[in-house]
Order: sequence, then structure tokens, then C-alpha cells
Amino acid sequence: MDTALTQAWLQLDPSHGFPLLTALVLMPTLFALIGVTIPGSLQWAHKALSLVGSLVTFGLGMVVWALTDTARAGLQLTDDSSWIPSIGARWTLAIDGLSLPYVLLTVFLTPLVFVGAWSAIDKKWKEFAIALLVLETGMLGSLVAVDLLAFYVFWEVMLVPMYLIIGIWGGRDKVYATLKFFLYTMFGSLLMLVAIVWMYLHAGNTFQLGAWTQLDLTETQQHWLFAAFALAFLIKVPVFPFHTWLPDAHTEAPTPGSVILAGVLLKLGTYGLLRFAIPLFPAALGWASPVLLALAVIGIVYGAMMAYVQTDVKRLVAYSSVSHLGFVMLGIVAFNEEALQGAILQGVNHGLSTGALFLLVGFLYERRHTREIADFGGIAKRMPVFAAFFVFVTMSSIALPLTNGFVGEFLIFAGAFKEGVRSSMAAGEGTSWRTMMLVGTGIATSGIVLGAVYMLSVVRRVFFGPMTNPDNEGLHDLTGRERLLMGALCVFIVWIGVAPGRWLGMSEATVHAMVQPLRPAILQVRAPADFRREQLLNADARAE
Amino acid sequence: MSLADLTFDYNAAALLPVIVALPLLGGIVTGLFGKHLSRGTVHVIANTAVLAPFFMAVLAFVQLRALTLTNPDAALRFELYRWIAAGSYTFDIAFLFDPLSAVMCLVVAGVGFLVHLYSTAYMEDDKGYARYFSYLNLFVFSMLMLVLGKNLAMLFIGWEGVGACSYLLIGFWFKDMDKAVAGQKAFIVNRIGDIGFVIAIFLLLAYANGSVDYDSLRAHFSDAHRVLIDPATITLICLLLFVGAAGKSAQIPLYVWLPDAMAGPTPVSALIHAATMVTAGVYMVARMNFLYALSPAAMTVVMVVGALTAVVAASIGLAQNDIKKVLAYSTVSQLGYMFVAVGAGAFAAGIFHLFTHAFFKACLFLGAGAVIYGLHHEQDIRNMGGLKAKMKVTHWTFLVACLAIAGLPPLAGFFSKDAILAETVGFHPDTEKLSAYYDASFKNQALRALAREHKPGTPFEADSAKIDARHKQVKAAYVASVEKLAIWRKVALALCLLGALMTAFYMFRLYFLTFWGQFRGDPHAYHDAKDAPLSMALALQILAVLSIAGGWLGMPFAHGKLNWFWHWLDPVFARGHEFVGGHLSAALEYGLMGASVTAFAIGAGVAWSFYKDGPSKQAAAIAASARGLHAALLNKWYVDELYDAILIKPLRSVSMALFQVVDRVVIDTMLVSLPGWTLSGLSYLVRFVQTGEVQVYLVGIVAGLTVLVMYSL
Repeated sequence: MDTALTQAWLQLDPSHGFPLLTALVLMPTLFALIGVTIPGSLQWAHKALSLVGSLVTFGLGMVVWALTDTARAGLQLTDDSSWIPSIGARWTLAIDGLSLPYVLLTVFLTPLVFVGAWSAIDKKWKEFAIALLVLETGMLGSLVAVDLLAFYVFWEVMLVPMYLIIGIWGGRDKVYATLKFFLYTMFGSLLMLVAIVWMYLHAGNTFQLGAWTQLDLTETQQHWLFAAFALAFLIKVPVFPFHTWLPDAHTEAPTPGSVILAGVLLKLGTYGLLRFAIPLFPAALGWASPVLLALAVIGIVYGAMMAYVQTDVKRLVAYSSVSHLGFVMLGIVAFNEEALQGAILQGVNHGLSTGALFLLVGFLYERRHTREIADFGGIAKRMPVFAAFFVFVTMSSIALPLTNGFVGEFLIFAGAFKEGVRSSMAAGEGTSWRTMMLVGTGIATSGIVLGAVYMLSVVRRVFFGPMTNPDNEGLHDLTGRERLLMGALCVFIVWIGVAPGRWLGMSEATVHAMVQPLRPAILQVRAPADFRREQLLNADARAE
Repeated sequence: MSLADLTFDYNAAALLPVIVALPLLGGIVTGLFGKHLSRGTVHVIANTAVLAPFFMAVLAFVQLRALTLTNPDAALRFELYRWIAAGSYTFDIAFLFDPLSAVMCLVVAGVGFLVHLYSTAYMEDDKGYARYFSYLNLFVFSMLMLVLGKNLAMLFIGWEGVGACSYLLIGFWFKDMDKAVAGQKAFIVNRIGDIGFVIAIFLLLAYANGSVDYDSLRAHFSDAHRVLIDPATITLICLLLFVGAAGKSAQIPLYVWLPDAMAGPTPVSALIHAATMVTAGVYMVARMNFLYALSPAAMTVVMVVGALTAVVAASIGLAQNDIKKVLAYSTVSQLGYMFVAVGAGAFAAGIFHLFTHAFFKACLFLGAGAVIYGLHHEQDIRNMGGLKAKMKVTHWTFLVACLAIAGLPPLAGFFSKDAILAETVGFHPDTEKLSAYYDASFKNQALRALAREHKPGTPFEADSAKIDARHKQVKAAYVASVEKLAIWRKVALALCLLGALMTAFYMFRLYFLTFWGQFRGDPHAYHDAKDAPLSMALALQILAVLSIAGGWLGMPFAHGKLNWFWHWLDPVFARGHEFVGGHLSAALEYGLMGASVTAFAIGAGVAWSFYKDGPSKQAAAIAASARGLHAALLNKWYVDELYDAILIKPLRSVSMALFQVVDRVVIDTMLVSLPGWTLSGLSYLVRFVQTGEVQVYLVGIVAGLTVLVMYSL
């Protein structure tokens, strides 16, 4: 089968003068290296240094944003140079509308996390700052690398600091949590490595994404390779049934770890699918669509049900991530422009809202050293500002219109239903996929109710009712620093909710160009009748 | 000089975003800075933020009226910005002020202001006044978004916004867990309805070229693309929309949240849970009249559910003893009437009842609030009585509103209810026009049926005679199915009359038990009881006057010619009335008026004989003789218990079971830990491989990878 497609959206711009992306990616590590030279006893110095480092990176991120032309598709701001010549690996970094939102999310969240960590982390600040800065390099690198070896290296670079953050600064069951986190992710990564090595050999000593899309692969090869790549990403997302590392990792991780984990790390799973797994093996997505659809829908409903029965607030928020990322997966499976735009934005939204929730839970934990819902009740009376922020972020999490959560979720559902309905116009063979999509999306809409059920329940049980636990009498409301953190996040929650134009526009051209070649390839496999019909319609449109 | 000669050099359309923005601004200011502001400042900000939009709405109304004199289809439109654009789907923040929006906007801002005014006194002792007014302002903002939106997405923004404000206001006194639970229940039950609503929006988007703008939807469903539109699809979309409407407007089976919502402050019940938010579902169905009119089946469902709700809720209202609960069930019941109307195709009548109901029900709730306020939070009518001497203004306004809702001519409720009854039986779907509309779809169906019956291998002769015959057959079947629905109009009428009887009874039971006879509660409370203070009395009296005169806009004595209200709304419903409508005979109108006045007289009379001196022995005897029925009514037909048993408990136990079994045992133990243990067992055996020399490891890694790669090739 001829699988080589012309994918203009992966076209690399020629390298330009200043290696901006390299600077962006390595800046946190540079500060980490400076940090190594400063003695650990000077805690304030590490706090200041890490904040400055993340802010400088943020500044570079803003420059990147300003210089990226989001009106056109294609990989831009290319830094391409020889890296490991003996094996043909290149240092190729580039950015487009798919990675830009997540790069911005990363550089925005990291300084907030450092400020949040001033009180959340009480020991080994030096090591913590170094770990988190290296982690930022890993995340940014994974987002902009388009050479698969470079990508893999960054991908693995993320793993170690996260492992350390949970293992050193984590809670009671941190050993179990780190082990699970490590085993799950390593399992996925190793399979991906095998696939990368296979592709490398097959492509003739290159790790370049662009070159790999030009390969002719048999159907079976595509399926196996897709499975290997996708598994690594699905574990990261995480998609049911690969999700059980997440609640443990989240619950045991210190607040900064949880925020970064939910805010950015999980998004790399869905990003990886869109950047690598699907463009490389589009037909295989068509083949795997029914399974992925089922897993996405199960994730939405199952994650919400799990969240509903948790007794630990943090574990509840962790399970809510499983449900929310299920929505993102649903959008990816639908694979039309509406759903994909929604899915990309929903990744950002989830980073903001769930990041904010983890920060809030952290504030509470620092005060009371417990996260059991039953230990609270009626604390809105003592902490009105805290309660107001929590309720506000809850509204974002349950996708109230004019908050960010709505825009993403609404577009995902709109696109998913479109995928079901559109195909219905074709008679005959295509109908089984249409029915699956309609039924699956229909079931997924129950997440709209279940999300409200578990979030409002936790709000009620923590904040409302009489104050029954005398230990809560001494609670003090949010400090200025804490309000500043939440305020910053809430600005984005409202901005994206009220005027998402700039955020949607960021990925519009890229998504449009991505769908052009890939959608037919996917549709051809999963709904051949619809594919033929769309071809005819397009021909008609061209004729007119 | 007539109105048409007036020139207007202001552009009222530009006022629309301001109308919406002011309450939002008020809500933000009082919410963020309220703690640092004095009570008086908060009152001024919050009240101005609603009163100013009301005047602006009046200005817009005046201009719209002038425009409609020359062009009946005129409307004010204002597009603020493109909210969402993705793929082929676009959603704008855009406003529409047409005759229907105008009515809704005036009611929302008008009653909204009166409730704000009333609240300044009602909430005077509450420490959370800033938070209260902030929520109330935000509610008005959301409600105005809902009614002034130019598309279904705007409507949905407002729809969810009013839901969130309702949640916050029901649980306003959050220290009481029951109130917090009530707020949560309201939100979640509404969300269940919202599933239907959003799916309908998604289907409309997919079918109607990616826009849910009212104008473009109407255009889309008026002519083009008929092949793709079959009656079943339209019915499905309409029913899904109605699921949303049933949630927001508390219809069977989603009405259970509204009685609990009475946990909120009473002015909130008046504004949100009587006059405005709960009518949003009726507004939505009326707004989508051009779609509903295409599906007699969906309309019949709307009508019958409305009629059933009207009767069931009224029956529960017969036995309640909490002054607010009686009014809550009354609201559910009256909303049922509105759905009967829009379901029967009497869109204007439905909106007219919405309009009059907003006045008398707000008046009743605010009156009940004045009683509760005067008696220091007493809500049980068994502990009231004889208050007419103590609360003069409250008494007369409450009486007027009672008469209005019970349907005494010539008060507002009489006209609006009568219009519903008359048009419910007088209207019918136009099967000629409907089958002409669906003609292409019928032909398509006929062709497909023929193709299905065709035996493979034999030549397919689709001669035109055969097709025509089948086509006619399909059409005839459709017409027959529509005609079969006619009987439901009579059922709805009967239920409505029964409901009217019950309404008169429970309202006057409430009135007599509260204001007549001897006071039955703590004598100190009676001694301290005071009438409503000025700001509350003012709101009550304005609403009482509107409860009398509001109905005169829709007097039915203009045969051959539409009355003002119908004429005003006609452009909005014109498309719907192409497919459903009819002319009413004078005999029918007078006959139904007689019937409804009789129902009023019987209901009120029985209530008078039972309760004029407080609870009578006869009433107790009747309740005792039908103990089971009475208990069922008292316990609201056990619907809450039913939901608890079939939905809420199973959700929790199934979730718990899945968590323990799937997450803990199947995934964590069998799929994660077990291989781990196995591995650690194996690794014990292969421990000797661990030599500590890096070269050996590297060789191992490379060898392993090579094997893997070779194998997979």
C-alpha cells in the first residue's frame, strides 16, 4: 500500500540565524547548572535563581510566540544542525501551531509552580530547583524536537526529574507511586524506542520526522509501529486501562509535581499522538479508531465515576484528569478540524484548570496536612477567598460557558457529533463507524453531568455545611502570594473562555493543513463509503 | 403625529451590549470589592445595574416599535465579536432584539429591578449582602444574555450562567447543609436536561452548515436541503431540545429540583424560580417555533408533558404546608400550561402566559417573602392565620395575585389561561403544508423502500408509476400519523381544566390559611408582625397592578383581528404558524371562558368553605379518608425516593465496585504488580548477569535491540 503522503504541515522552514528554540530549551538547564555551583544552604538563592530562570525562559517563550507565524502551517523557527553524525541524528528543533500552545503553557506554568513551591517544598530546595528546571528542558525539548532521536532523549529526560520529585519530596506511599510511574512509563518508552530504531533502520539512517513520513510501509508494519508509538503516548495521557499510575503519582507527588504532571506532562501524550503516531501511520489510526474511541469514552465515564467515590481530594482531581483527557482523546479520534481544535485547546485548558485545582488542594494541605474530604466541611466560612477561587475553578473544570473549559469541550463534542452525522449521509458500508461514533459520543455526553456530580459534591463537602471539625477553626485564608498565583491562572481561564480567538487561531492553520492529507487516509480505512462520498463532494466543489 | 413619524437619531441596537454589560459590571464590582463598600453603596450599584438596562430596553423597544410599523419583520441586531471559530463552525457574540426578545428583556429587567429593590430591605440583616447582590446582578446578566442572544450558543451561555447563579443563590446560606444540597441538586438535574440541549445543538450544527444563528437556522429549515431533512430527524432534534427545556423549566420528569430550590432567599425564588429563569425553556421552544412546527409529533409530546406536569404539580400543591412549597409547585404547574401552549402551536399564548405569570407569581412570592419576613422566618401556613389585619399591603397584593393566577376575569391570568385553552383545541397542524414540505423526503423514502424490496439479480424497473404510488403511500401514512395526534389536544384541554380547578383551590387554601381566621402560631410572633417596609411594599404594589392590567394587552375580543400582544409577536411566529394554527370560533372562546370561570368558582369556593376560619374538620376528614393518597401528595408522589433508588445510589455503588475491582484488583494487582513480582522472582535467578561492567551492559542492550529489530522485520 502506498502510504507516503505529502504532508505540507510538516514542511521544515530553512534554519535561520539565531538558535532561538535551542536557547529556549536549554535555558532552564543553564540555570540549573548555575544552581549546582551554589551551596544548598542558601535556600533563598535557589528560590530566586529558579524563579529568574523560569521567568527568563518565559520571556524567551514570548519571543517565540511573537516570531511564530501562526497564520501559516509548517514547522518554523528551525534550528537544524548536525548532532551525532555517526548515526545521522540531527539537532532539529522547530515549532508550529500544534506545539506553540503547549510551549506557552509550559513556560507560563513553570514560574507559577516555583512560586507555589516556596511553601510546598520544605527541604532540599537546591535539588528540587535543579530537578524542576531540567524537567522544563525535557518538556520544552519534547515539544519542539522533530528529529525522533532528539525527541526520545527529551522524552526520557522528563522521566528522571519527575521520578525524583515524587520520590524525594513525595508523600507516604511515594516508593510505590514512583515505582509504578517508572514501570508504566518505561514500558511504553521502550516499545517506542524499538519502533524508533526500526524506523531509523528502515528509513536509511535518519531520525527526521519529515523523511519518515515518506516511507512506504505495509499495512501490518503500520499497525505494529503505530501500536508501539501509541502505547507510549496512551500511557502518558493516560487512557483507560493504563491510567492507574496517575492517581498514585498525583497523590504522592508534592504540589509542584502534581501541577507540572497534570499541566504539561499528560499533554505530551496527546501531543505525541498528533505529532508523531498519527502523521507517520495515518491508516493505522483508521484501523485503531474503534478501539481508541471506546477507550476514550470509557475514560470519560469511568474516570468520572472513579473521581466520584474518592475520599482524598487530590486523588479525586487526579481521576478527573482521566475523564478530561478522555475528552481530548475523543476529539483526536474524531479527527476533523472542529474536534482537533477543541482537543488541542482542551489540553491547554486542562493544564490551567487542573493545575489550579492542584495548587488549591496544595494550599489546603500545607495548612492542615490532610487531604481527606471528611476532615473538612464548612470551611468557606473561614476561607472565603479560597472557597471563591475553588468554586470558580470548579466552574471551569465542569465547562461552564465563558470559562476556558467550555470552549474546548464544546468543540470536541461538536466535532465528534459532526463525524457521526456527516457519515450518515452515505448509505451502506460507512454506517458502522457512524453508529459507533454517534453512540460513543452520546455516551460521552454523560460526562457533562458526571463532572458536575463529583466536582460539586467535593465543593459542598469541603466548603459548605456547618464547621464540624474543630481543627479547621484555625485555618487562615489565602496569602497575597497564593492569591497572585490563582489570579494569574484565573485570568487565563476567563480570557480563553470569553475570547478564545487568539488561542484557537494559534493552531487553526496547522490543524487545517494537518487534516487535509491525513483525514482522507484515515477515513479510507475506517469508513470507506464516507471517504468516497467526501471525495465526490470535494470534486463537486472544485468543479463549481 | 403618529409614532411612525418620530425620527430616532440614536441607534438602539448599540444599546444591546450595554444592556447586558451593566449587570455584569455590577456583579463584578460588588463581588470583588463589596466587602469594602457600605451597604448603601452596594444597593445603589446593584440596583442601578438593573434599572439602567431596563430603561435602555424601553428605548430599544420604542425604536423597534417604530420600525415594525413600516416593516413588520424589523429587528435590532448587533454583532459584537466572533467568539469561536473552528473548522466550518462559527459562533458569534451577537444580540437580537426582536419582538420576542423585547418582551422577555423587559420582563427580565423590569421584574429583576423590582426584586433588587425588594431585596434591599429583605436582606438588610444579612452579612453577605455584597455577595448576594453580586450573584443577583450576575443572574440578570446571564438571563439577558439568554434572551438577547442572536443564536443558540448565546442562549446556551445564558442558560448555563443562570443555572450557575441559581446554584449559588439556592445555596446562599451555605452553612446549612440542606440548602447546599438543594443548590447542587438543582444544578445537576439541570445538567441532565442540558445533555439533550447540547446534543440538539450539535445535530443542528451538523445538519445546518455549522451555524446556530436563529436567522440562518430559520432560513435553512425553510426551503433548501429538504432531501436531508426527514420528519424523524426534526422530531429527534425537537425532543432533545425539549429535554433541555424540561430540565430548566422543571417539567416531568425533571421538575424535582424546583421545590428544593426554595431553600434560597425568597426574592431569589421570585425572580429566578418563578418569573424568569424557569421560563427559559418555554422561551427556547417558542424561539425555535419554526423547527417545532415541522414536527407535530414532538409538539404533541411537549403539550402532553406540559399538561401532565400542570396536573401532577397542582395535585402536590394541594397538600403542602410550606408557603413557598405551595408556590413552587404552583410554578411547576403554571410552566406546564406554558408548555401546553407552545406544544399546541399557541406560541403567542404561551409567551403571554409567561408574561402575566411573571407578574402574579413574582407578586405571590414576594408577598410570601413579606409574610416570612414579618413573622421572622416562619414558613409553615399551619402556624399562620389572621394576618390580613397586620399586613395590609401584603394582604391586598397577595389577594390580587391569587385572583389573577386562579383566573378571575378580567385579571391577567384569566386572559392568558383562556387563550391557552382556546388555542389548544382550536389549533391544528396543516398536513397539506407539512407533506408538501417533506415531499422530497417522502420521495426519497419511497425510492429507498423500492430499492430494498428489489431482489438482487433481477432487473430493477423503477418506473415512475410505481414510484408515484409508493410516494403517495408514504405521504398518506405520514398524514394519517399526524391526524391521529388530534385526540391529545382534547386530553390536554381536559387536564388543563382540571389543573385550573386545583389551582384555584390550592391558591385560596394558601390565602385563607395565611390571612384569614385566627393566628395559630406563637402569639409573640403575631404581636411583632409588621407589614412590608417601603421598598418591599413598592415592589408588591407595582406587581399587583401589573397582575391586573398586564392581561389587557392580550384581550381576546378582537375577532378577525389579532390583539396587541399577538400582533406584536406575529413576525417571530409567522414561520411556525405556516404549519400549525387555525381560527377560533366565538362559541369556542365563550364556552371555554365559561368553563374556566366555573373552575375558578368551584376551586375558590371549596377552599373558602374549608379554610376561611383556618383548617376545618371537613378538610381533615377528607385527608384522613384518603390517607394513602394524602400521604402520596404530601411526599410528592415519592419521586425523589424513586430517583434516589434507581439513579443516585446505583451510581455510587457501581462506581465503588468498579474502583475496588477494576482499578485495584484487575489493573493494579493482576496487570501491574503480578508481572512485577514475576519479574523480581526471575531477576533473582539472573542476578549473576549483573557484573558491574558498563561494556557488558552495552553489549547486552545492543544485542537485545538487534534481536528485537530483526524479529520485527
